Amino acid sequence: MGRTPSEAVWARVGGIGLMRVNEEIKYPAATPSSALPDGPAPLIRIEAAKAWPSLRLGELWAYRELIYFLIWRDIKVRYKQTVLGAGWAIVQPLFTMLLFSLFFGRLARVPSDGIPYPLFSFTGLVPWSYFANGLTQASNSLVGNSSLIKKVYFPRLAIPTAKVLSALLDFGLAFILLLGMTFYYRIHPSIRILWVPLFLLLAMVTALGASFWLSALNVRIRDVEQTLPFLTQIWLFATPIAYPSSLLSEPWRTLYGINPMVGVVEGFRWALLGANTAPGPMLIISSLVATAMLVSGAFWFRRLEKTFADVL
Amino acid sequence: MSQNAIKLQGIGKQYHIGRKQGGHRSLQDVVTDTFVSPFRRAGRLLRGQAMTAADLDQSFWALRDVSLEVQHGGIVGIVGRNGAGKSTLLKILSRITEPTEGCGEIYGRVGSLLEVGTGFHPELSGRENLFLNGAILGMRKAEIERKFDEIVAFAEIDKFIDTPVKHYSSGMYVRLAFAVAAHLEPEILLVDEVLSVGDSAFQKKCLGKMNEVSRAGRTVVFISHNMAAVENLCNRGILLEEGKVTYSGDMKETVDRYLRGISGKESASNSHISDLSSAARPPQCTPLLQRLELFTDQGRSLNGGLQMGSALKAYIYFQLEEPTSSLDACLAFDSLFGQRVFTAHSLFEPKKAWGERAGEQVFVCEIPSLTLVPGEYRIKVALNIHNAERDYVEDAARLTILESDYYGTGRVPWNGIFVLKHSWQLHGVQEK
Repeated sequence: MGRTPSEAVWARVGGIGLMRVNEEIKYPAATPSSALPDGPAPLIRIEAAKAWPSLRLGELWAYRELIYFLIWRDIKVRYKQTVLGAGWAIVQPLFTMLLFSLFFGRLARVPSDGIPYPLFSFTGLVPWSYFANGLTQASNSLVGNSSLIKKVYFPRLAIPTAKVLSALLDFGLAFILLLGMTFYYRIHPSIRILWVPLFLLLAMVTALGASFWLSALNVRIRDVEQTLPFLTQIWLFATPIAYPSSLLSEPWRTLYGINPMVGVVEGFRWALLGANTAPGPMLIISSLVATAMLVSGAFWFRRLEKTFADVL
Repeated sequence: MSQNAIKLQGIGKQYHIGRKQGGHRSLQDVVTDTFVSPFRRAGRLLRGQAMTAADLDQSFWALRDVSLEVQHGGIVGIVGRNGAGKSTLLKILSRITEPTEGCGEIYGRVGSLLEVGTGFHPELSGRENLFLNGAILGMRKAEIERKFDEIVAFAEIDKFIDTPVKHYSSGMYVRLAFAVAAHLEPEILLVDEVLSVGDSAFQKKCLGKMNEVSRAGRTVVFISHNMAAVENLCNRGILLEEGKVTYSGDMKETVDRYLRGISGKESASNSHISDLSSAARPPQCTPLLQRLELFTDQGRSLNGGLQMGSALKAYIYFQLEEPTSSLDACLAFDSLFGQRVFTAHSLFEPKKAWGERAGEQVFVCEIPSLTLVPGEYRIKVALNIHNAERDYVEDAARLTILESDYYGTGRVPWNGIFVLKHSWQLHGVQEK
């Protein structure tokens, strides 16, 4: 008798699922420990999402090791098979600085608060690059990790968060170069340098807030991906990197802090270069705006999150 | 701890079909849509709504009103046809997607073998991927470190642990991926049939893992189309039909209902009855045969398929023109290639003593276990009076034999024509 269609299927798949357990195979001993050893058996609730879901920050914290591994993967993979390797972290702000120095510093003679123009612009570009790279990578991160999102559960906020955090490595490298430049221009950092981590934190909060908004939006509307280069460019010129914010008179200069990156850049210049343009009230506005972006972005993200797996 | 591992109440999942749901659009779509206000479109995309009123109807419920309770321990099989909502249910259980309505509780950590190797990065070494994948599946770093040697030994890749996985053979890749998943030790393990890819050794490991998990008192939820595997492995079954749970309970019964459902959809509800009175027959035949009715175990009518090794009971109704005491009937099974594979003839009935009969009669033939291999068969029915073939119908009925776990090993025999119970032994032969 020839093979009927169903026979042929069985022949093709061989013994799919047709064998009993082979006792010779050693399976991992069933230890009672669970991978997330927070209590004996966690109770997981499944329900339709509310219109305003909670942020589940506790859960995000429980998955902090995942965030750590995602950062670590990013860093490991980012410059694989490139010639310059981590040098790329420096090339981008360095060349932008050279261009700015040539066109804005030399040709347009843009004022720079009495600081040598290359140093002036580079001090702005280092935190800016961190922000722009973090934002760009994080905004595309959900789409890039779609296979993960469709197969495994974990707090989705971990993905853009890890991207923003992993961009810190590039920042670190560029920052070392920045310190070298301040020595070259004989500007010795004062005790104010201790404020830098705070300004960096502000940049990070801004990047996180913006990327929560944009990454979740990008899942549904891929136009975001196309808009991003354009958006970051506009944002670059809306931030006093090529020019000083002191071009504006008060109260406009303080109001300028609505763009949180203004506070960051002015803060860096104040802390590192001793520019006498203390950010003060501008910084408060920047911090408030950045925090508002972060919180609203996180809620927005959580709201759209329920449909990620269905849409991606 | 509660006895329940999983409890679902009224779970429903609605999908909007068509391109309006997502962001992937073709050029043609873009051109057509340019005339729709982009702002209105953006708003609708965000709300996950359809674009036009007509499209609003283009939503469907992948699952509706699904309520379940699964106790701790054991392997639960979920069966159903393609599109019945099995994968959606698994996605909801693993929290990859949220239900549109209803609620549920899961007591314990859920691990899923929906796709092994999720999150592997080709540029990273085996060691690095092991940690990364472990973290994605929800393991703590300390736990991965503790089990590291065990996982590597299980995957049999110790020599290549520091090689980027892009240089791995597909077998090594799968072994490593599965080794990580196998060491996850969740309270509830979800397994999709994607596991049926890979070589048989790999499948063996997967199934072994499932048994090991259930022996350790944990719960496995297993989705498959493979009735033999499901019947062999699972002790409870859930049948999904068109997004609804239509049966939940005994696995064998679940499989039976599933198979009946399949054949019931494809043929009339009383397909076990074949009308023979008007069937085509050669001119020399007198149309005495009236109809053929087929039944299986416990007198259930045979709508569609018969599981290999199950009972077949045939009722052959016929009309006698004149009283006679010399009567015989015959059922013959032909493969679709025309080969006669088996004949059941009343001639062979030892207790045969019908006496004189007249009018309408029925021959009942009972085959306790029909052991033909899975496939399609034609049944020929014949009626002999005084040892002469007075009437026969060549293609009286079609019989589909379905796969079953005949030998109780979880393997479906498919080679040959029929199956027979048999045994094997192995002895050493001493040289003289």
